[in-house]
Amino acid sequence: MSALETFLNTDSKSMESILDVKQLTMDFGGLRALDHLDLTVARDEIVALIGPNGAGKTTFFNCITGIYNPTGGDVLISPPGKMSGQRINGIKPNHVTERGMARTFQNIRLFQNMTVLENVMIGRHCRCKSGIAGAIFRPPSTRREEKQIVEDSYEVLEKIGLTQFVNELAKNLPYGAQRRLEIARALATDPFLLLLDEPAAGMNPQETLELDELIVRIRDQEKVSILLIEHDMKLVMSLSDRIYVMDYGKRIAEGTPEEIKNNPVVIKAYLGEDIDA
Amino acid sequence: MIKLDEIKQSILVSLWFMVLTFPIMVIRVNPIQKEIVWRWHNLLLVGISTFLLSFLWRHMIRRKELGRKKAEAGENGDTSLLQRIAENRRVYVPVVAGVLVIAIIFPFVFGLYQINIMISALMFVVLGLGLNIVIGLAGLLDLGYVAFYAVGAYCYALLNYHFGLSFWLALPLGGLLAAIFGIILGFPVLRLRGDYLAIVTLGFGEIIRMILENWNEFSFGPSGIANIPRPSFFGIDFTVHSATQFMYLLVLALTVFTVFMVNRLQNSRIGRAWIALREDEVACQAMGIDKTRTKLTAFALGATWAGMVGVIFAAKTTFVNPASFTIWESIFILCVVVLGGMGSIVGVIFGGLVLILLPEYLRAFSEYRMCVFGAVLVIMMVFRPGGLIQMPRRTYKFKSESPGDTSHQVATEGGQADFARS
Amino acid sequence: MDWDYFFELLFGGLTRGSIYALIALGYTMVYGIIELINFAHGEIYMIGAFTGLIVATILSVLGLNQVAVLVLATIAAVGWAAMYGFTVEKIAYKPLRGAPRLSALISAIGMSLFLSNYVLLAQTSDFLPFPSLIPDFEFMEPIAHIFGSSELVIIITTTVVMILLTFLIKYTKIGKAMRATSQDMRMAMLVGVDVNKVISMTFIIGSATAAIGGVLIASHIGQINFYIGFIAGIKAFVAAVLGGIGSIPGAVLGSLVLGWTESFATGYISSDYEDVFAFVFLVCILIFRPAGILGRSTTEKV
Repeated sequence: MSALETFLNTDSKSMESILDVKQLTMDFGGLRALDHLDLTVARDEIVALIGPNGAGKTTFFNCITGIYNPTGGDVLISPPGKMSGQRINGIKPNHVTERGMARTFQNIRLFQNMTVLENVMIGRHCRCKSGIAGAIFRPPSTRREEKQIVEDSYEVLEKIGLTQFVNELAKNLPYGAQRRLEIARALATDPFLLLLDEPAAGMNPQETLELDELIVRIRDQEKVSILLIEHDMKLVMSLSDRIYVMDYGKRIAEGTPEEIKNNPVVIKAYLGEDIDA
Repeated sequence: MIKLDEIKQSILVSLWFMVLTFPIMVIRVNPIQKEIVWRWHNLLLVGISTFLLSFLWRHMIRRKELGRKKAEAGENGDTSLLQRIAENRRVYVPVVAGVLVIAIIFPFVFGLYQINIMISALMFVVLGLGLNIVIGLAGLLDLGYVAFYAVGAYCYALLNYHFGLSFWLALPLGGLLAAIFGIILGFPVLRLRGDYLAIVTLGFGEIIRMILENWNEFSFGPSGIANIPRPSFFGIDFTVHSATQFMYLLVLALTVFTVFMVNRLQNSRIGRAWIALREDEVACQAMGIDKTRTKLTAFALGATWAGMVGVIFAAKTTFVNPASFTIWESIFILCVVVLGGMGSIVGVIFGGLVLILLPEYLRAFSEYRMCVFGAVLVIMMVFRPGGLIQMPRRTYKFKSESPGDTSHQVATEGGQADFARS
Repeated sequence: MDWDYFFELLFGGLTRGSIYALIALGYTMVYGIIELINFAHGEIYMIGAFTGLIVATILSVLGLNQVAVLVLATIAAVGWAAMYGFTVEKIAYKPLRGAPRLSALISAIGMSLFLSNYVLLAQTSDFLPFPSLIPDFEFMEPIAHIFGSSELVIIITTTVVMILLTFLIKYTKIGKAMRATSQDMRMAMLVGVDVNKVISMTFIIGSATAAIGGVLIASHIGQINFYIGFIAGIKAFVAAVLGGIGSIPGAVLGSLVLGWTESFATGYISSDYEDVFAFVFLVCILIFRPAGILGRSTTEKV
């Protein structure tokens, strides 16, 4: 156990872990994509997962969100205020989201022919109840719920700063806005943990700066913890409380940005990639 | 002003077609008696018509390209007349009311033949609306929709034959049974993608038809079931003419009911889930939507309408046999949906009306009917792939703060919901 | 166990499968390249058969011997079918390349309707008797009741076509271009492949094989009719999907499986439900292998 992990096991409530991944292993036929990986995210933390291309980072996301059923290991979540230590191996993705872990995708997967507002409204889907009967008869409860959905969605858009696009089709948005919309949509599901897969990919420095502020804002104001995969080292160093480094499916390092920056194993894995301060 | 180049091109096209169609059009053989008939006049016919048509085709393609370039450059075409009507409530309501009034008076003004055609047209409108849920909204390519239609029809026919079930009981029962079948048929295809889904559903349609045709003890095979009673109305004795009028009003009522229901479903939480499913299945699931449940609901709800129309079909023709439920029916309903402009209720209504009424009035060409129909399909798709009525989906729009403090919801035909923030 | 019967069914299934294969190839190739279910493909098969019949009749009236008639009629059928395939693509599919998939499907359906009725109008609705063009080989005499000359010719032809096609796809430049286009059309365009030519080529080859099938089976069964395209088309398409649409060996495998299923099911169980077996079998396979037997299960990268 590292010093940090010992520190984390103190009774301080704000340090309780909300995501606990133990010895996660994923095999695809003969290929081992994840090899006994350990990872934790504590409450109010921003944790980054970095590593060279092909290290298995997105596979990791897919394993903990139910898209793949891991070959071995445990994925345990402890949503604040709910039962702790829930094992979610192999649970379908929509149930994972219901339990409070939402994600964005490496390649943007917005609902292109729906408006910005509608995209976020889909995020609210799992927090609502009305079904077929509600749709057909539109009782007051359904009408109230629908109105609430629109209001909540607009609120999320305000927080993310996309209200100027509210009625625009998602496919017509500029790239940076599309990435932020994915985050907005995930945020609308009311998660306790947000998984961001390369949120800064393709963004220019200005947009990346804004993204930095946004993520911190989300953590501070919405009380949502963040686990992100990212290649932009500047962003990672600036944002993260802790960093995990992966290579070939294994965890090769873990620590604070300072520790990681100077870790020879990490530098070797990246082989010449500059880690800026 | 026609350029020389174009004339040359058209001549080449014409020559190509003359060679292409030479064996089929010009030569007719009788292999037994070894007779060969040469019909050179056909060659001339092909040559001249293709020459002229090529000009027309070229012109239309050019217009299409121009339209597309304009759209790409960002010049949005003028919103069509229909769109403007639908958006403006003050125009919209009287128009719909007017149409309804005409529709209701119709059977009392026109003759038996016309009424029957309209009944068929409206039946296909309802079928189209049902299929629209599955294909247009949820994006599931179902080519075996006719199976549910058959379920409804045979449900009434058999239950009436064995237990004397009345029409009015059979109607909802047929819908319910079809919905159950929708779920049964939906289960195996949950994992299938696009075209695999299409072929399997096509297979289901055929399987059901073949079972009906061959399982004589159950369905009386190819000879079908006859003497199915028409719907009664508080025991009034109908003449054939007034029975047909009654049937028409019934179908009209069903159509209005269906439009209402589909509109409600479309603009609800479940409607949005369907559209999200169509757009991106993976993202949809990641956002907490249960993929399985959403798909099965689409199948079931879509099938319900087919079941009900099936019951009506049995009552209308008083006779059912498997020959009425072939792949062609499924394809026809598909054409209603696509031709009418997928996803739009108004479009499907138009599609149904056009596709039934057009061949009726083309009866003059009788022999050439199917040929023309096929050609029309191709031409429609080449020049208007979005369908006859291209109404973009009415999306949820957000209106910013207004002085009023009560929030109200207004749902229109196309389903625009305006919410004013309080 | 009646071995004679068994082998009769075995070879019968093999023959059926071969014919389905010749048609299924066209479906699977077109689908692999432009992701379109070419509903009109069955009609091309039918047109091939008709053209073969017409040419064969003329030639036999002129007095040529049986083999020459067969060969020349087949060449004529192939030539014209290729022309039809090429033309259909240019009119009904090329303009729809960017359009929603469903629109292209409807266009294909329209084409299918148009072509079958065109032949109906220009020719006849009757069943036209097709002369048996395939000569009876003497060495087949002893087993002719199980496995006749025409079956042999069909199977050999299909095998030859398969080998030639595989050779074409694997070792020629156009084959490479076809593979590239089917994997990523835009990229192929960017590296200089003439995508239009490749697509036309695909249609031409597919139509050609279907026409060969048309002439052979018509000769085997003895009659043709404007409607045969529809049924054969559906079956062949089922076979292509069964084997994994987009995969050429898959089309052949699927066709053989379908042919044998039909043959044995009708032979041992009941001939009424012939078509049902095919579809039920298809459904079962697709439930367990959604991409077909040899289908490239494209696992989306999330």
